[in-house]
Amino acid sequence: MAEYENTGGKSEAPNASRRVFFKQSSALAALAMTPPAAMTAVANGLDEKVAAAFEQMPLHVEINGTMRTLAIEPRVTLLDLLREQLHLTGTKKGCDHGQCGACTVHVDGQRVNSCLTLAMTTEGSQVTTIEGLTPGGPDGPLHPMQEAFIKHDGFQCGYCTPGQIMSAVACIREGHADSPEEVREYMSGNICRCGAYANIVDAIMDVKKGGARV
Amino acid sequence: MNQFQYTRVTTPKAAVSAISTGNGSYFLAGGTNLIDLMKREVVVPERLIDINKLPLATIEKTATGLRIGAMAKNSAVAESELVKKYVPLLTMALNAGASAQLRNMATVGGNMMQRTRCAYFYDTAMPCNKRSPVQAGADKGQTNGPVGCGAIGGINRMHAIFGASTKCIAVHPSDMCIALAALDATVNVSGPKGDRTIPFGDFHRLPGDTPQKDNTLLPGELIMSVDIPTNKFADHSHYLKVRDRASYAFALVSVGVAVDMKRDTIQDIRLAMGGVAHKPWRLIEAEQFLRGKSATEANFKQAAMLAMNGAKGYGENDFKLTLAPNSIIDALKTATKTA
Repeated sequence: MAEYENTGGKSEAPNASRRVFFKQSSALAALAMTPPAAMTAVANGLDEKVAAAFEQMPLHVEINGTMRTLAIEPRVTLLDLLREQLHLTGTKKGCDHGQCGACTVHVDGQRVNSCLTLAMTTEGSQVTTIEGLTPGGPDGPLHPMQEAFIKHDGFQCGYCTPGQIMSAVACIREGHADSPEEVREYMSGNICRCGAYANIVDAIMDVKKGGARV
Repeated sequence: MNQFQYTRVTTPKAAVSAISTGNGSYFLAGGTNLIDLMKREVVVPERLIDINKLPLATIEKTATGLRIGAMAKNSAVAESELVKKYVPLLTMALNAGASAQLRNMATVGGNMMQRTRCAYFYDTAMPCNKRSPVQAGADKGQTNGPVGCGAIGGINRMHAIFGASTKCIAVHPSDMCIALAALDATVNVSGPKGDRTIPFGDFHRLPGDTPQKDNTLLPGELIMSVDIPTNKFADHSHYLKVRDRASYAFALVSVGVAVDMKRDTIQDIRLAMGGVAHKPWRLIEAEQFLRGKSATEANFKQAAMLAMNGAKGYGENDFKLTLAPNSIIDALKTATKTA
């Protein structure tokens, strides 16, 4: 991108036409050398800021009750945004391909795989992670589902647990926890390699039968 | 994942206009298939047009049936009271597909647009004609890895027994599309040259010599909605999905059945199969045979035999030649029994 240096400073130079020429030629160079994002940026007169323009885009999203204004690369997934940029590491990266459910979070109240969600698509949405499941946050009292997972030994290594709990809470809220069979079906998107399934089902049924507000 | 340009649009017109400006542009809906393919660099878009903010998620009753917006989430469609009441086969099929999380993300249009695929398509080190088409001028973003078909003569347990070609034997994995094919749905699309309606059976295609093309959409066309005509099948619908585990797995074979029964007689019937072809596979001959017949096991067996005309195994999937007719018979029994 050294070409952009040729466009000179911001002041009105006497050789304005020369400056325009360089500006246009540098835009052409950018067209030839860079991805289409750069072309749009150039077309919008942002030639000095081309690199930044295609690397970062603005995102406004509410995460665990806090409105965030962020600048992110469009290719960043919601999972990577949460973990790498916001350091909300409660949400886990398992398969990173939507097959294991370890990355499950709620977007506008719906459970989704954050690994297959481009963060840019959450513009204007509300995201809830395991850290925001209760009003007190990570340092406050446990959620009834978290209590139940402890009571029923619903985990061994614990890696899938945040995803299991986010999914389990949604499972009850959706009205899909009326029987162990239904829970097994509607929790099938969360894999537990330790094999705590029986205890996870017990935990969910316990919360459901207990009638606690989830 | 490669870098790409990201554009968010809020109207269908803007979406069509945006995608028409260059090769290598893809619509992004739920992303459950596209983002996955991008992570593996099977698809390498230059630009994504995010259509998630398009106002196309309505499910409504029309004079002729149901209209489902292309951006309606799979879970929303499955839970819709209208869908449950008028086209329960669609609810059954949707709930048999993917996981609760994926159904919350995936849209109706995106479900249709998910790639017909197999493990060779996903592995850029392995040969695949769908991913790496032979001819020049192929779609951009699909030129990774060696050509050929790894599945023919390879690991092909999941693969097609109908309508395959020497270029590709992959199957379309959708459950939803089996129901829509059975129910004679039509697809409303909008494109640079205007709007048109595609019968569901013509939407997806067989591989032939161009396996890189999964469907008959023209460049720049956007799916707006799906229409399902009014029918009399609500009381006798069944979706049978046979798979390696009880939930969250692709079908080895699936059968969608919708019947209009009068006492023991089949007045009208729709049959479609999944997991067996490059597209949802309608069983027209079996339907014709069963129309006006009584619901007996003998008739079901005869229908299943007719349905298997032209079936061909590729080795590891030979078991489907037995599993498919048995599944048809089983699904017919269940569908004709339900109250």
